[in-house]
Amino acid sequence: MIRFDNVSKRYPGGYEALSNVSFDMQTGAMAFLTGHSGAGKSTLLKLVALIERVTRGQLFLDGQNVTRISSRRIPYIRRKIGFIFQDHHLLFDRTVFDNVALPLIIAGYRHQEVGRRVRAALDKVGLLNKERLYPITLSGGEQQRVGIARAVVNKPLLLLADEPTGNLDPDLSREVMALFGMFNDVGVSVLIASHDLQLIGELDYPVLSLSQGRLVQPGADAA
Amino acid sequence: MKHTGSSRRHSRHHWSESLRRLLSPRTFLQRHAQVALDSLGRLYRNGIASLMTAAVIGIALAMPSGLFLLLDNLHRLSGSWDGQASLSVFLKQDVDIGTARQLADSLATWPEVGAVQLVTPQQALQEFSEHSGFADVLGLLEDNPLPVVLIVTPSADQTDPALAGALQGRLAALPETDLAQLDLQWVQRLAAILDIARRGIMVISALLALAVLLVIGNTIRLEIQNRREEILVTKLIGATNAFVRRPFLYSGTWYGIFGALLAWILVEAGFWLLSDPVAKLVGLYQSDYALETVPLALFGLLALTGVVLGLLGSWLAVGRHLHAIEPS
Repeated sequence: MIRFDNVSKRYPGGYEALSNVSFDMQTGAMAFLTGHSGAGKSTLLKLVALIERVTRGQLFLDGQNVTRISSRRIPYIRRKIGFIFQDHHLLFDRTVFDNVALPLIIAGYRHQEVGRRVRAALDKVGLLNKERLYPITLSGGEQQRVGIARAVVNKPLLLLADEPTGNLDPDLSREVMALFGMFNDVGVSVLIASHDLQLIGELDYPVLSLSQGRLVQPGADAA
Repeated sequence: MKHTGSSRRHSRHHWSESLRRLLSPRTFLQRHAQVALDSLGRLYRNGIASLMTAAVIGIALAMPSGLFLLLDNLHRLSGSWDGQASLSVFLKQDVDIGTARQLADSLATWPEVGAVQLVTPQQALQEFSEHSGFADVLGLLEDNPLPVVLIVTPSADQTDPALAGALQGRLAALPETDLAQLDLQWVQRLAAILDIARRGIMVISALLALAVLLVIGNTIRLEIQNRREEILVTKLIGATNAFVRRPFLYSGTWYGIFGALLAWILVEAGFWLLSDPVAKLVGLYQSDYALETVPLALFGLLALTGVVLGLLGSWLAVGRHLHAIEPS
C-alpha cells in the first residue's frame, strides 16, 4: 500500500528531515510510526499525503509511483486516503453531518448516497444521534470520532492518523485505537503516527521507529 | 509486491467509478445547485456587508446605463426631426409677394423639392410675436422688417444631408435669395455633440466596470481569507481546485446579479423621477415626446453585465489567492 524506496526529504534551507527511508507496508496492514518530535514522523506522513514531495528516492502508493505525480492529479490520490489529525480539523460552521459528508460531496456522490454513507460512518463511531449538532458542542473524544467518521466515510484504501490520541485521556485513546483496529479488520490499511509508547506497547501491531530521519528497524518488519 | 496487480485493478475501478459519478448530469446539476444556494445563504448571513458590496456594484452599473439611456433618448428625439429637415429661404427685402409666389411655384417643379410653403412677412411677424413674448416691443415697429420666407422641404428621396446641402447651394444662388438656411444644421451639430458624449460615457463605463471588478475581487479575496481553514481541509481530503473555486465563483456571480438588480431599480426610479419634468418641458415645445426605458431589455443587459463582471472579478481573485493556500 505504501512503499518507500530510499526516500530522502530535504527542506529548502538544507535541513534533511528523512534520510534513505525504505519500507513496504502491505495492503491491509496496520502499523505504528513512532519517534521523538523532530524524528521525521510528520514529514513521512506529509510525503504520503503528497503535501510535501520526495527529494530523492521513489514513493509508491497503492502500486502507483507518485514520486513525480502532477499536482493536478493529487486530489484523486488523496481521495483514496482518509486523514485523521491531532486537532481533527473539523469545520465549526457546519453540523456533524455536513462535516462527515464533505469527502463524499467532493467526490461527487449523489444526495441519497451521501446520506446513507454518512449515517453508516457515524453509526460506526457511535455518534449517529449527534448528526444535527455542531462540533463545538461535542467533547474532545467525540470531535475526534467525528474526524474519524469523516476519514472513513469515503471507504478509503488507507487511513493516515497523525497523533490521533494526542489530546485524549488513556480510556478514550484505547477506544480510538480499537476503532482503527475495527477498520483494519475490514481491509483498510492503517498507519498511525504516535509517541504514546505505552499504548503502542499494549497493542500487537508492527512499529516503524524513526530517529533523526532514519528508520531504526528494518522496513520488512512492517508487513 | 504481490498485491500490485490487484490494487492496480482496484484503482482503475475507482477511477471509472468517479468518472461515472462526475459525468452523471443529475449529480452535476444537483451539486451546482447546492453550491449556488450555499453561496447565496452565505451572502444572506453576511447581511449588511453583502448589501453594501451589492450597492457599490449597483451604483457603478447604474451610472453608465442611466447615461446611455439618456443619450439614447436624446438621439431618438433628434432622430424624430431628421425626416422633417427643411430649408428656410429668406428672400431679399425688395422682392414682393407676387414675385415670391411665382418663385415658389417654379421651385415646386424642381425634382429635388417636395413642397414649398410661403410665409408672408405678416404671418412671420404674427408667429414671432406669439411665440417670442416680444409682442409689445414688436408693436412699436413702424415697418415690418421681416422678408418673405419660402420654406422648402426636400422630396422624400433627398433626406441625405449632403444632397440637402447641394439643394441649399442651388437655392442660395437664386437672384431673389438673401439667405438659404439649412434647418438641419443644428440637428447635425447635436448629433456630433451626442457622439462626443457617447465616447465620454464609454470611457466612464470602462472605468466603472474596472471598479466593479476590483470591488468584487476584493470582496472575494476577503472571503477566501475567512474560509482559509475550510479550503485547507477540503484540499487535504481530495478537493480539486475546481471544487474549491466553485463557491467563490458563485458568490461573485450573486454579487453581480444583486448589483444589477439594484442598478436596474436605480435607473428605473431615476427615469420615473425625470418623466414629469420632461413631460412639462416637451409640452412647451408642443411635442408628445416622452422619456422611454425598456425595463426588460435593460434588466437583461444589466444582469448579463453583472454576471460577467462578477464571474470575472471572482475568477481573478480566486486565481491570485487560492494557489497560496496549500496544506502544509
